[in-house]
Amino acid sequence: MIARHLPPVDHARTFARKVLVSALGTLSSPHHPDRYLELVDPLLATSVTRARITHVDRNASGSVTFTVSPARPVRFEPGSHVPLSITVDGVRHTRTYSPAYAPGAVRDGSGPIVFTVGLHPDGIVSRHLYEHAQPGLVVELGEPAGDFVLPTPRSERLILIGGGSGITPVLSMLEGLAAEGHTGAVTFLYYARTPAHVPRREALDALAALPNVEVVLVYTRSGDGALQGRFDAAHLQAVAPWFADTPVYVCGPAGLVSRVRDVYARDGAENLVHVEEFTPPTYTVDPDDATGTVSFASSGVVADNTGVTVLEHAENAGLTPEHGCRMGICHSCTAVRLSGCTRDVRTGELDSEPGTRIQICINAPVGDVAVDL
Amino acid sequence: MFGLSLPSIPFLPFLSGSSAPADPEPLVLTREHIDELGRELDALREETVASLGDEDREYIYRIIKAQRGFEVTGRGLMYLGFFPPAWVAGVAALSVSKILDNMEIGHNVMHGQYDWMREPSLNSRTFEWDTVCPSDQWRHSHNYMHHTFTNIVGKDRDIGYGILRMDPNQKWHPYYLGNPIYAAALMLLFEWGVMMHDAEAENIVAGTRSWRDVLPLAQGWWRKARRQVVKDYVAFPLLTGPLFVPTLVGNATANVVRNVWAYSIIFCGHFPSGVQSFSEDETAEETRGEWYVRQLLGSANISGSPLFHIMSGNLSHQIEHHLFPDLPAHRYPELAPRVRELCEQYGLPYNSRGLTAQVASVWKKIFTFALPPNWVSQTPDISVLLERSPREQADDAAGTLARENV
Repeated sequence: MIARHLPPVDHARTFARKVLVSALGTLSSPHHPDRYLELVDPLLATSVTRARITHVDRNASGSVTFTVSPARPVRFEPGSHVPLSITVDGVRHTRTYSPAYAPGAVRDGSGPIVFTVGLHPDGIVSRHLYEHAQPGLVVELGEPAGDFVLPTPRSERLILIGGGSGITPVLSMLEGLAAEGHTGAVTFLYYARTPAHVPRREALDALAALPNVEVVLVYTRSGDGALQGRFDAAHLQAVAPWFADTPVYVCGPAGLVSRVRDVYARDGAENLVHVEEFTPPTYTVDPDDATGTVSFASSGVVADNTGVTVLEHAENAGLTPEHGCRMGICHSCTAVRLSGCTRDVRTGELDSEPGTRIQICINAPVGDVAVDL
Repeated sequence: MFGLSLPSIPFLPFLSGSSAPADPEPLVLTREHIDELGRELDALREETVASLGDEDREYIYRIIKAQRGFEVTGRGLMYLGFFPPAWVAGVAALSVSKILDNMEIGHNVMHGQYDWMREPSLNSRTFEWDTVCPSDQWRHSHNYMHHTFTNIVGKDRDIGYGILRMDPNQKWHPYYLGNPIYAAALMLLFEWGVMMHDAEAENIVAGTRSWRDVLPLAQGWWRKARRQVVKDYVAFPLLTGPLFVPTLVGNATANVVRNVWAYSIIFCGHFPSGVQSFSEDETAEETRGEWYVRQLLGSANISGSPLFHIMSGNLSHQIEHHLFPDLPAHRYPELAPRVRELCEQYGLPYNSRGLTAQVASVWKKIFTFALPPNWVSQTPDISVLLERSPREQADDAAGTLARENV
C-alpha cells in the first residue's frame, strides 16, 4: 500500500484498543472477544474491518453502486483496490473492488465509501450484490493495496480512461484531484454501452462542471455520445491531441487496455500507460488437463503437474506436508490454494477461488496451481 | 438377506486363531454388496454436500449465539453466587455453554464440517474449543487416528483410550482389575484425559515411545491449559471479589458436569454391546466400501429428542457421523433414516438404543472386561463378516484408500 498521502494513524488509540482486547481475550478465551462482540453487532469486531451498506443506487444498467459506512477508517489512495467479502448461500466470497470516497466525505477513510460493481453474468459476488445489496447489509473490507495511483507530484496534464465498471478507480482518482484542488488539465474518456449504462452520473456531472476537467462520454452501442464506438487513436486525437507526452491511467476490459497500449506504443510512449486490469476471479478449465506446474509457495518448490493429487505432488517433490487419512475425512492436510484450479478427485468438482483452503489429499491440480506449502 | 451361511465361505482369514463368534451366525457381506453400499453412501454424501448453504450457516450461528448467551448468563449469575438458586442456575448455564461449545460447535467445526463456508473463525485448522486439550492435538488423535482406523484393535487408540480394557481382543492383565476405577476417574477428569490422549502414555510405559516425544505436546498443553485454568479458576473468581470461592467452585462444577456428559455420550459411540471391532490384518488396504461398512458396524447411536441430539453434538448419530465425519452434524438426523434403510436392505445391524440402555451396556463392559477372560464370557460381537478383496489385487481396486502410512 502506498501511504504517501494518508494522514497519520492515532497510535495511542490503537495501543489502548489492543490492551483492552487482550484483557477481554483472557475472559473470552479460547475465543477472540470478536466472537462475542460480533453477535451484538458485526461492526463491533476489532480484528477485521466491517462496513454496513447505507445507500444503494441501481439507476445504471449493468452495475450497482452502493455506499458503505465502515466501522473503522479504511485509508486508501484513489485508484487502489480493496478486498470486499460477502456471504452468498452460506459461503464467504471475496472480490477486489476499487473504492471511492463518498462525495463530500472527509478523505481520511473514516467517512462513507462508494463502490460500483459491474454485473458479470456468471459472477457469484457481482450478481449477488447487483440483486441483493440493500441498506443494512454488512460487508467485510480487507487491506487496501495496488500501485494504480497517481504520480507525486501530480503531472500538469493527465488522461484517464475507463470502460464499463472500470470507471471506479479512475473516477476515484478524478475526485481525489478535484478534492485536493488540482488545477492541471484532466481529460476523462469513459466508455459505456449506452447512456443508461453510465453509473455515478451525479459525480460525473459535478466533475465535468470543473473548469480544468473534461469528461468525454463515449457510447459503443448508441450514437448520442461525444464520440462513438470502441477506443481508437482518433478518439484521443479528437479530445487530447497532445496525448503522446501525457501520462494515461486506464482501467477497463482487456480489449480497451490493449488498444490504448497500442496507440501509445506507436509513439514509443508505452511507459506513460498505467493500467489496472480486471482479473477474472474464476475461470473454466478442462478437468483432464494435467499440464502446467504445481508451485509450493513457502518452500519455493515447483513441480510439473502429473495429474496426481497436490499431496502426492508435494511428496514426490521431497516435501513432507502434514497429512492424515489420505481419503479426505480428517482435514489434517488442509492448505491454502493461492491461485489456480483444483479438482476434487472424489466428486470431480472444480474450484478456483483464490485463497481457499483445500484438502490436498483429495484435490488434484488442473493447470497451474500455487499452494501455500 | 444377502447373507451366506458361515461354512460356505472359503475366505475368512481373520477368524483363524480367534474364538468362534456367538450365535446367531454372522451374516456375510459379499464384495459386490460392499462396493454397492459404498457407492450408495457416496451418493448420499454428495447429495448432502450439494445442498449445503444458508440454512446450515444460520444453524451453526444460532447454536453459537445460544452458547455465547449461556456463557454470559452463567458468568453473570456468579455475581449472585451468595444466593444458592442463582449459583445453581449459573452453574447450569455455564455447563450448557461448555457442552455446546465442546460438542455441537467445537468437535464438529474441528472436523471441517463448516470449512465449506470459508469463514476464518469457523475453520477446522484454526478453531479452538473450551477445554484444556489443544485443538491441533485433538485433530490428530481424533480426526485422523480414530476416524480413519475406527475400531481396529491395535490402531484405534480410542478403544479404551490406552487405559481401559473395552474389547475382548485386548489382552487381559491384572492392571485391568481397576477398569471401573480408571473409567470413573476418566469420567470426572475427562478434559484432562482428552488432553493427554495424544501422549500415548501406554506406549511410554511399554517402552515403545520416549518421553522426549511428549515434550512438544506438553508445550501445547501448557499454552492451552494455562489459559483455561486462569480463566475459570483465577480471572472470573477474582472478578466476583468476595464471591471468589463460590465462583471458583461453580466454574469447577460446570467443568465436571461437562466432563461427565461428554464422557457418557462419547463412550456410547463405540463401546455399547453389539459394536464390532476389527483386526489390523483384515483391514489392511481397505476399499472405500469396506471402510464404510467398518464405520457402520463399529458405531452405535443413541435415540432421543431433538434437544438431546443438539446437546450431544449429534454424536448420538455416531453411525452417520462416522460415515460422514465432515458433513454438518445437524444434517445427521435427516440422513439417519436413509442410512438405516440401507442397513435393512443389506441386512446389516443398525445399533440404536436410548441413552440409559447404551450407558448401562457400556458400564457392564467396563466391569466385565476388568475380569480375566476365563471368569466371564467375553466373546467378541461379530454379527457381520466382510468378504474382503484379495490383498494382491487391492492395489488395483477402484477406490483403494488409506495407505498404511502411520
